[in-house]
Amino acid sequence: MSKKFSHDAIERSVALMIVLTLLTVSVGGLVEIVPLFYQKSLTKPIDRAGNPLDIKPYDALQLTGRDIYVREGCYNCHSQMIRPFRAETERYGHYSVAGEFIYDRPFQWGSKRTGPDLHRVGGRYSDEWHRAHLINPRDVVPESNMPAFPWLERPVKAANIQTKMQALRALGHPYSDEEIAAAPASLEGKTEMDALIAYLQGLGTALSNFK
Amino acid sequence: MADFVSGFWNVYVIGLVVLSLLFCLFILVSNNKREAGPVELHGHVWDENLAEYNNPLPRWWLYLFWITLVFSIVYLALYPGLGNVKGILGWTSIGQYEAEQARAADRYGPIFAKYREMDVAAVASDPDAQGMGQRLFLTYCAQCHGSDARGAKGFPNLADSSWQWGGEPEAIRATITDGRMGAMIPFGATLGPDGVKDVANYVRSLSGLAHDSLRAQRGAEAFQQNCVACHGADAKGMAALGAPDLTDENWLWGSSEAVIVETITHGRMNRMPGFGEFLGQDKVHLLTAYVWGLSNKPSR
Repeated sequence: MSKKFSHDAIERSVALMIVLTLLTVSVGGLVEIVPLFYQKSLTKPIDRAGNPLDIKPYDALQLTGRDIYVREGCYNCHSQMIRPFRAETERYGHYSVAGEFIYDRPFQWGSKRTGPDLHRVGGRYSDEWHRAHLINPRDVVPESNMPAFPWLERPVKAANIQTKMQALRALGHPYSDEEIAAAPASLEGKTEMDALIAYLQGLGTALSNFK
Repeated sequence: MADFVSGFWNVYVIGLVVLSLLFCLFILVSNNKREAGPVELHGHVWDENLAEYNNPLPRWWLYLFWITLVFSIVYLALYPGLGNVKGILGWTSIGQYEAEQARAADRYGPIFAKYREMDVAAVASDPDAQGMGQRLFLTYCAQCHGSDARGAKGFPNLADSSWQWGGEPEAIRATITDGRMGAMIPFGATLGPDGVKDVANYVRSLSGLAHDSLRAQRGAEAFQQNCVACHGADAKGMAALGAPDLTDENWLWGSSEAVIVETITHGRMNRMPGFGEFLGQDKVHLLTAYVWGLSNKPSR
């Protein structure tokens, strides 16, 4: 090995050490992350076998609800990722596939389940159940330790919905001009509760067994 | 699963991984030479006279590097990791999941098959089946109907003998399988606030609750005009529509005048999701028997 890259030389030159360290640690990302952007199953609305899934970008109300989900930190206790284990699919339904999350920026997979997984919660309960449950979880599930969210019964803030949708369109969400134009009207008179429930009821329905 | 948009990425991943492994190999070999003679000092001096020998890595440490290198090669040969290479074992996470499902079907299939052949009443009198039914109920149904099946406001009590959609085994099975959509249309605009109050008092009178008899009398007429289509002339409801019996003591939303006024004014929308496709007929059968058994104590 030439003297230029000897242990001694690297240790004495901070610049060289930084460059070589960056090169070394970037290998992992180059091998494990970059190719993901070029895999069909991760970038297109398809299931494992390549069949198309019925995945659409969130509508204005669901998108607003999703932001409330993030704001309230639901992901701290609820995952949205059903792993391919029998114990999980028995309880929650079909395991999650990557193509289902292409319109989730960022995804809400989470890493902790104080509460149950929510990826297939869409259609599993009635809207009224969600309403009662969010106002006070103990009203319907006495043993629940979920916090109550009574303040959600207030009007949604609709001011930035169009810019939000435009930003997402720039990232590849296929919103039409009409959809963006109609967005503020579709939020009129809606509460944060309505928005959150609309979001929850749409979760995971592409591979759901619920009608 | 690797389904790259072009073959380039396959080569790219394999190339980078193999190059990294070769580089590690090179580093290990090139730094492993111990030259004969006395060990040199490193050249750093601290605290006046503290210096460091430039010793090679201890053997055991070096072997750990070799072990990781060998492990990675064995791993990449057995399991998918190198681009599109499937690995000798042909392992996939979904394959593992399907094997797990198949094992479970082998193990639990015969139990379900046994109960599938029995009718609901027979299953309901089998303690093991009721145990299974209860565990299924606690997993899938208790969130709305409660762990004791006694329901809550807006969620029917399944442990009593009053049934909104019918309490025969087949009706219960249909409810679980396809779900139910209960809708009462609002009458606030038709009846007006005063009319609603009259009808509410009449409804309370039907089950012998305290009421204003003058209002109830007026309400009876309005009831005949507006409510009998679903609730029946005798107000005993109609299971086919999910219209509840108003003469008994069971109240889904509450029996106070205020709640009844709210129900008549704004109507009610209620939905039970269909669990048939999710649970499959075997589990629905056990759940049907469990729910039916809650209010029909079978003779043992």
